[in-house]
Amino acid sequence: MTDPLVIFDLLLAASVVALAVAVLGVRDLFAAIVLFVIFGLLSALSWVRLSAPDVALAEAAIGTGVTGALLLKTLHHLRFVSGTLDQQAALSVTPLLPVPGAVIWANAAFCGLITLGLAAAFLGAPQAGPGFDPLVADAMPQSGVEHPVTGVLLNFRAYDTLMEVVVLLAAVIAVWQIERGMSDAPAPVMGEVWQGFARLALPAIVVVGTYLLWVGAEAPGGAFQGGAVLAAVGLLLLLTRAYVPRPAHRGIARGAFVLGTGAFAAVALLVAGGGRVAFEYPPEHAKSLILLIEGLVTISIAITLAALFHGREPVALSTQGGRNDT
Amino acid sequence: MTPDLIYGFTGVAVFAIGLVGALCAQDRLRRVLALKLCSVGAGFMLVVGAWREPPAAPDPVPHALVITGIVVMVSATAVALALIRRLQSLEAEDDR
Repeated sequence: MTDPLVIFDLLLAASVVALAVAVLGVRDLFAAIVLFVIFGLLSALSWVRLSAPDVALAEAAIGTGVTGALLLKTLHHLRFVSGTLDQQAALSVTPLLPVPGAVIWANAAFCGLITLGLAAAFLGAPQAGPGFDPLVADAMPQSGVEHPVTGVLLNFRAYDTLMEVVVLLAAVIAVWQIERGMSDAPAPVMGEVWQGFARLALPAIVVVGTYLLWVGAEAPGGAFQGGAVLAAVGLLLLLTRAYVPRPAHRGIARGAFVLGTGAFAAVALLVAGGGRVAFEYPPEHAKSLILLIEGLVTISIAITLAALFHGREPVALSTQGGRNDT
Repeated sequence: MTPDLIYGFTGVAVFAIGLVGALCAQDRLRRVLALKLCSVGAGFMLVVGAWREPPAAPDPVPHALVITGIVVMVSATAVALALIRRLQSLEAEDDR
């Protein structure tokens, strides 16, 4: 008698692989992006089956939601620039060139070898361990939080997480530089429904995002998941034009980008100043320090992700119509 | 058939599909999508490695690594997409 969940797993795995093929195979780019979003959500579901709810939340919110919004916005811009906005299907943004057969075969052989190696490595790896789980379980009482993933992210491997916030900061700086002085695609007209939807959804999103941040201490959730959900508030405000970025807001935005990295590094230095190693929080203050970092990092992540979506930094000559969004 | 075996092969397959796409796709946007598929495939492998037969709890360290990877990937995607937008605008200006 097979477990019904095994059948579910097999079906889910088959759909994930089929969607991955479809993302690259479908001709219409808009369809490819939509299929990619479905692919991301089903991957998140598979990770729930592998008892990784934190990773699933992050993938659904950041890897699929925010990335999908970025992709759709870029597609809109590309179609506007190439003058194909009025066409039904978005076929390709780069002209296609004929590829010699030798190149295709070399690529196929290379990919086949890598895949075989990966499969062999996967099958040869020891099953179920030895991992870090006993070490983490031993150290959890000193971490200040009850949820192991949050403990690893913000206490045991906090250095990694600091670097991750730095990467996000570097990305927003790079995007502002790349898009400097670039002309914008006009924003598509949003219907009346949007305003009402935003009014209904915004308070709910704010509550959900804050809850995810708060619950991260003892259950799946945390700064990145909460930050991504709060970034959706920024996306909605930008899309409905309830908030229009102005040049005067650049200072505030820059401050918000740096806030997370700054607070994180400041706490590390403060702890290091007391004769400890950086990030070796005193156990009695660990929880409040972690919550302080998480709170500030969440604000920073939310604003940075919304800024990545908006793209270009707001400049003086772009007035009301100067924003590009999908 | 345990979930780790099923999803392990899913991860290998998704990574392979992404790799083929990243090498063979000519469209820039699709190449970014292919690299995204690769990153999800790698995430699958790490999450599978962290999995333990329930009721044992999974290993939290690979989970934290994958969450870090997802955030790094969205940053990289945003920069890549900004480069694509810029490139396309410059090419359109050249054509005019």
